[in-house]
Amino acid sequence: MFAKFFFLYCGFVITFCGLAAVHLRNPVHCVLGVLVLFFHMAGLYLLLNAEFLAAVQVIVYAGAILVLYLFVLFLVDIRKELLLPRYVDSRFAAGAFAVGLLVCLLSILRSFVSGPHGSWSIAAVSRVTHTRALGQEIYSSYILPFEIVALILLIAVIGGMVLARRDSAVSGEGKRPEEEK
Amino acid sequence: MIPLSWYMSLAAILFTIGAYGFLIRRNVILMFLSIELMLNGVNLNLVAMSHYMESLHGQMFTFFIIAVAAAEAAIGLGIVISVYRNRHTIHVDEINQLQG
Repeated sequence: MFAKFFFLYCGFVITFCGLAAVHLRNPVHCVLGVLVLFFHMAGLYLLLNAEFLAAVQVIVYAGAILVLYLFVLFLVDIRKELLLPRYVDSRFAAGAFAVGLLVCLLSILRSFVSGPHGSWSIAAVSRVTHTRALGQEIYSSYILPFEIVALILLIAVIGGMVLARRDSAVSGEGKRPEEEK
Repeated sequence: MIPLSWYMSLAAILFTIGAYGFLIRRNVILMFLSIELMLNGVNLNLVAMSHYMESLHGQMFTFFIIAVAAAEAAIGLGIVISVYRNRHTIHVDEINQLQG
């Protein structure tokens, strides 16, 4: 009973914050709405007995990715953003598309048939704790994807630095004549 | 016990909100934020199915999706900064140089 109440609370907040994040005028308010949404997603993960993923959701999504968004918002000029129109012209076509997509997704839910059950029952996971169960899966059957993810993160680090770096060669050439004078 | 269909409905709603936001906003950063909402909808679906089908494969997928989303945010926001430095706009309907 409490679980259903908690799910309904989280679902309501997630829907409300998602709609607010899509519609609010100030981009900083949008990012803060998504922050609240991510915390309630972590609550839903706790309800699903996925403690490690709830912690990762809070640390990585709310702690790292959203802070990155906030810093990029501070780097661009958002003061004049408040005065400009915030939607593209084809807004109502997008709304019709979204409603159609929602109807399609909800109507095919009924035909979902669950496959065969795996070996990690809730009792088995809680016996060895969730983090250890995930660790055993990562380092046994998912070791190659784990290494590939490490490579992707390395590429992201290098790519982020290369893309956001100021082009020092061009600005240096621009300054050089003044220095010679 | 909460039915699985509740989780799947909430995931569908979240995915639709993300798709709607991606289509209507002019600001590129908020379009990226909408993609994060769509990824979270998929994550919720995967974790819920993994819980109800007593398998950890869905949760492993969620773990990798979170890592790739972090990489995607870093690269995408780097591109946004570089576009803003060159074109002085972050609105999708003004970044139309390739339109011809």
